[in-house]
Amino acid sequence: MRFNALRILREGLTGNKGWGPHWRDPEPKPAYDIVIIGGGGHGLATAFYLAQQHGITNVAVLEKGYIGGGNVGRNTTIVRANYFLPGNSEFYSHSLKLWERMEDDLNYNVMHSQRGIINLFHSDGQRDAAVRRGNAMINQGDDAILLGREELRKMLPYLDHDNGRFPIHGGLYHPRGGTARHDAVAWGFARGASDRGVDIIQNCEVTGIDREGGRVTGVQTTRGAIRARKVAIVTAGRSGQVAALAGLRLPIESHILQAFVTEGLKPVIDNVVTFGMGHFYISQSDKGGLVFGGDLDFYPSYAQRGNLPTVEHVMEAGMTLMPMIGRAKMLRSWGGIMDMTPDGSPIIDRAPIEGLYLDCGWCYGGFKAVPGSGFALAHLLATDRYHDSATGFRLDRFLTGRGIMDEEGKGAQHNLH
Amino acid sequence: MRLTCPHCGARDLREFTYGGAVLDRPEGDWGPEWDAFIHLRDNPAGLSREWWYHEKGCSAWLVVERDTRTHEVVAVAEVSR
Amino acid sequence: MRLAKGGLIDRDRQLGFRFDGHGYTGMEGDTLASALLANGLRTVARSFKYHRPRGILTAGSEEPNALVTLGRGAGQEPNARATTVELHQGLDARSQNAWPSVGFDVMEVNDWLSPFLGAGFYYKTFMGPARIWERVFEPVIRRAAGLGQLSKEVADLRFDKAFAFCDLLVIGAGPTGLMAAWTAAEAGADVILADEDFLPGGRLNAERAGVGGQSGAGWAADIAARLSAMPNVRVMTRTTVTGVYDQGTFGALQRHAPGARMQETFWRIVAKRSVLAAGATERPVALANNDRPGVMMAGAVRSYLNRFAVAPGKTAVVFGASDEVMRTAADLRDAGVHLAAVVDARPVTGGQDMPLRSGAVVERVLGREVEGVVIRHADGREERVQADLLALSGGWNPTLHLTCHLNGRPVWRDDVAAFVPAPEAVPGMTATGACNGDLTTAACLAAGRAAGQAAAESLGLTGALPDLPEADGADAGAMPLWVVPGKGRKWVDFQNDVTVKDIAQAARENFRSVEHMKRYTTQGMATDQGRMGNVTALSVLADATGRSIPGTGTTTFRPPFAPIHIAALGAGGQGKGFAPERFTASHAVTLSMGAPLIEAGLWYRPSYYPRAGETTWRQSCDREVGMVRTRVGVCDVSTLGKIDVQGPDAAAFLDFVYTNTMSTLPVGKVRYGLMLREDGHVMDDGTCARIGETQFVVTTTTAAAGLVMKQMEFAAQVLRPDLDVRMISVTEQWAQTAVAGPEARALLNEVLDEPMADGAWPFMSCGAVSVGGIPARLFRISFSGEHAYEIAVPARYGESLFRQLVAKAEARGGGAYGMEALNVLRVEKGLLTHAELDGRTTAYDLNLQGMMSKKKDFVGRAAAQRDGLLDPDRPRLVGIRPVGAVKQLTAGAFLFEPDAEKTRPNAQGTVSSVAYSPTLGHFVGLALLKEGPERHGDTVRMVDHLRGIETLCEVCDPVFFDPEGGRVRG
Repeated sequence: MRFNALRILREGLTGNKGWGPHWRDPEPKPAYDIVIIGGGGHGLATAFYLAQQHGITNVAVLEKGYIGGGNVGRNTTIVRANYFLPGNSEFYSHSLKLWERMEDDLNYNVMHSQRGIINLFHSDGQRDAAVRRGNAMINQGDDAILLGREELRKMLPYLDHDNGRFPIHGGLYHPRGGTARHDAVAWGFARGASDRGVDIIQNCEVTGIDREGGRVTGVQTTRGAIRARKVAIVTAGRSGQVAALAGLRLPIESHILQAFVTEGLKPVIDNVVTFGMGHFYISQSDKGGLVFGGDLDFYPSYAQRGNLPTVEHVMEAGMTLMPMIGRAKMLRSWGGIMDMTPDGSPIIDRAPIEGLYLDCGWCYGGFKAVPGSGFALAHLLATDRYHDSATGFRLDRFLTGRGIMDEEGKGAQHNLH
Repeated sequence: MRLTCPHCGARDLREFTYGGAVLDRPEGDWGPEWDAFIHLRDNPAGLSREWWYHEKGCSAWLVVERDTRTHEVVAVAEVSR
Repeated sequence: MRLAKGGLIDRDRQLGFRFDGHGYTGMEGDTLASALLANGLRTVARSFKYHRPRGILTAGSEEPNALVTLGRGAGQEPNARATTVELHQGLDARSQNAWPSVGFDVMEVNDWLSPFLGAGFYYKTFMGPARIWERVFEPVIRRAAGLGQLSKEVADLRFDKAFAFCDLLVIGAGPTGLMAAWTAAEAGADVILADEDFLPGGRLNAERAGVGGQSGAGWAADIAARLSAMPNVRVMTRTTVTGVYDQGTFGALQRHAPGARMQETFWRIVAKRSVLAAGATERPVALANNDRPGVMMAGAVRSYLNRFAVAPGKTAVVFGASDEVMRTAADLRDAGVHLAAVVDARPVTGGQDMPLRSGAVVERVLGREVEGVVIRHADGREERVQADLLALSGGWNPTLHLTCHLNGRPVWRDDVAAFVPAPEAVPGMTATGACNGDLTTAACLAAGRAAGQAAAESLGLTGALPDLPEADGADAGAMPLWVVPGKGRKWVDFQNDVTVKDIAQAARENFRSVEHMKRYTTQGMATDQGRMGNVTALSVLADATGRSIPGTGTTTFRPPFAPIHIAALGAGGQGKGFAPERFTASHAVTLSMGAPLIEAGLWYRPSYYPRAGETTWRQSCDREVGMVRTRVGVCDVSTLGKIDVQGPDAAAFLDFVYTNTMSTLPVGKVRYGLMLREDGHVMDDGTCARIGETQFVVTTTTAAAGLVMKQMEFAAQVLRPDLDVRMISVTEQWAQTAVAGPEARALLNEVLDEPMADGAWPFMSCGAVSVGGIPARLFRISFSGEHAYEIAVPARYGESLFRQLVAKAEARGGGAYGMEALNVLRVEKGLLTHAELDGRTTAYDLNLQGMMSKKKDFVGRAAAQRDGLLDPDRPRLVGIRPVGAVKQLTAGAFLFEPDAEKTRPNAQGTVSSVAYSPTLGHFVGLALLKEGPERHGDTVRMVDHLRGIETLCEVCDPVFFDPEGGRVRG
């Protein structure tokens, strides 16, 4: 069923009885060409692009709960292509281009809103780092504009430009950056993949990864054994546990990232604003809630919830940056599990077991990567070659020291996150 | 979250800094065992042994046993000197 | 309408207030909601999506409808629940999300279009040519959405934060909580009793049934007063416990009384044990047009009648399926409200004096505001009655939200037709009373006492057990009542306009998981976070998917229990409060000299010291550089980290944390040192001075001081416990001043008690000196390439010493210099800062591989051996100078081959630091360039797209000035 305004009109006039499932709920078949473990944004996107780009549809996406219930359903919805390091730069650039055509690809309104992202800076050193990043974006063919104090003051008059703890010197503006309706991305990819023949199987937890003679042959699940020629682990937040089923240890430690939303308010923040000094970023959802977040809680956790010190730090950052939000009320908070790699960049690669593939380690930046990651992993699964946009996300980079992508320069080791 | 520092008593999380999984530092030149020490992790969903630093307290590095699913703290001990 | 008598209000204290510009009067003890009802107002708000007129539904913080804006101007407060706003003189409230008025709102057109605006309609349309979403659809949607409005200005924000500690936190001061707190307090426990209301008592204040021979409210007031008088009890009214965190930590928001100095305080309460006595929340019944103004929860009706002496209508229908129907009817009748019908879905008898409709249901509400209802009798007969109030009771949901905050999943109990808290959902917490499914007063009192006693005993405390007062113990005999069959839209989430149909449609579209249904329909996403509707929604979804309620899922809640102002959670952060401000000892002198400050981490440092006639920073900077190069300059360098390292194994320890060897350093000498992280990349550089056989002073960069301290403690305590060494940060104990320039020694000799002899104090020496009788430390080190020293004195003498040195330097034609000049001086010499030590560079990248000892282990040694870290193709440190027509260099620019296309694959490097060198008369820069050290003499193109600057540069050695280093030793 194609979605459009006419269909809504027709259904509205006939009692909305004609709407059908957005995706099918089939029983698992005994065997597939490719099994994707994990029905999150990345897994569903991989399935969609396998079908759309490569015509491979004998594919199952196995989800232990309900699709889109992981990080794609709990994030601050930011979409951007503003990376500095080669490897990341071309990947996120490609991903943003896929976002820009996503609604056409999926016939699903994911409300991708290119409202612009502004990264603030507060010192000469930070300005130079922002310029370096902006120049890298332009080298890559993306957009970046340096905003001085006065331009920024006109654009974001509600910031405390002068009296905050870190007076604002300017900003790096990325007009094509923005937000999207996060849940819709999962549902849209699910619908697109399902329509093309992919089986999306919910409530199906993988309990084992079968191997024979050094290669993967399938998976054991709570709904029976499923054979597969290739298996991809796309289980953000659980990558370590699932990889352990195949006897692998990953360079990943799972941390909590909290995010927050306020009660609905009339429009007040039109862009995405990022305050690096305070580890704070904010936008306003189309529904009116201010959506914002901060840094990790900084301890490993699978509890999907955080603690007060981080909550308070985020709110304090908001208050020093834009005290006008003080009378907004935080309505809901949640915590996602971030698979943190040592260098903060992800892994899309073959595992050291034939037929097993990894797409993991998205740290706190996985949402914007959803289409790019799905596209690149689909390419790798279909052709066994790295896609041009994703040649750098190698599993062995820590062992060899080649191509470490430490975008923040905090150090490629876990205890320095 | 609160941790009971062996020196200072029960203190709020905000005084402490997480410092990584407890692992033995290898000796010698670079090799897979170094990769395992610096990069690879069991990353358990369950009981985890971790180093924590009482950064805004007594500066002690501690070994904390904690459940990563529930945040239950099972034990806090001094790093043996 | 106000009743002639009764209520817990002070009729002698009339309070004037405004709503939508009209003046009204209420009484002390009113909420805004009760005062609005007393004045006969019914429609006070509009719903979110369809802009339906809405009235007051509840009498508590769960209110989904009656959200208003308080105040005007900068401090206006959107989305205040009228049901919890304490009335006070001069209160100015307005309806919101309506234009032009709450009575006539043009956006109500959405309600007419509702067939086209059902669940998730927006995912299926508004797609079109590029940017049409951002340009057309989104702005319209954004303007229509949202509730209240922020002023966009900064108001006087009177918010605070605090910590509290106790043995027992009791959450809720209804019958259960009062009994629990009293029992534990009598046993000697330190108790905090928190309740969100301004009046303790919970439902005792809303009901007419007595407790212990007096009114329930009277009993509650007595016990609350008794508790308040006990030294081991803190009764916190107006305090909502908002969140449960680990190890007995709770967040709680205290709203101070109107007119108090502070508006709100956010508390972090640490409790050894806790009792959750949060009561229960009455749920509505889904029936057609159940959202109309004049529909009110039956329990709220009793609250308004009995506590506030307000009749919410003149003619009432009561509908439910429990004995509370009759209780509500009796309260209404006795208050003089005409009863049009008393509808109990159960087959019941009795109530001869009541217009009882046994076994019947209210099927539909009539009127834009309630004008009547349609009653469907068991035999199918339809009856219409006129009324302006429908009191609705669908049963009670335990207020178990806090038990979900640590991932506890509530469990379904068929006998009470509700979810109750999972046992042990929160370590140390007992959920009891109505929030555990005990719905009678007598059961609550007993459960509270038992919980208080158990909590005390678990703390090792016992005491006299308070007697249980006599109270009503009759079970209400409730029958589950979720949805009334029939046509029409039946609201489940009132604010977000989610109806039974929306949930059924979501199920048809395969949003069958509870989480999918919620996200697709927005059920439970409104400001009440599903407190009113989530369980009902679950029952509707269960019905639509042919599953039982527990088989469909459960309901869970995340913090906060009630919304919290960002200003409260972020109290103290506004303005400079976000992070500590660190000032050097010379800060006041610097300010008095008119120096603009810049931030260096948390420190403030002078940018430059302007003098008369200088109009740009460059003039001052160039002069200051010249002073250092030709005379003498003085600069406060106290911000650098200083770590005192002592112990018999201090030298061996430093060998382990530095790449180079420190154990061979003689006493009285300083060595430049490099530290790696264990991942083999450079963490920091600095100096290491041996001031005794077993004592060293290590300096770090300003930015990395904390990191270095942490790594050194880790190395000492964890990695090398065999070494006997201790260390402490002395950054703030010593004020350190750099004196640099050809006349540095002469200047210092003016202040030293014992001047330096000729030939003494060679480069890289250190030792003890005294200044004006004060013991000081002198280091002959240089970050400018000049003959230079750093002199350290105890911090309290820093300002005086700085003042003297500056004055004496000025007498010599020198003076103070700031960060701009410091930066130029170090770039001229090719010295590094965090622009180069950016966390990604290796010793090899910075041409410092020679500093990595091959004879010993050190942190980062192994990882630095990886091929990838020694790849000649890595960007490595070089100098650059402009050789093209454009003579400017900019930091953050990229380097390309002169004729290459300026795209990512062709990028050769980046410019890390630049400075205009007044000494050399041109710009100098440091850059990280692929194969850089092999390319000295090559020409590259510097491109700064953002600033629009391009120039050709020559690659050169990074040391631009005095490469032989003669001046520093001279």
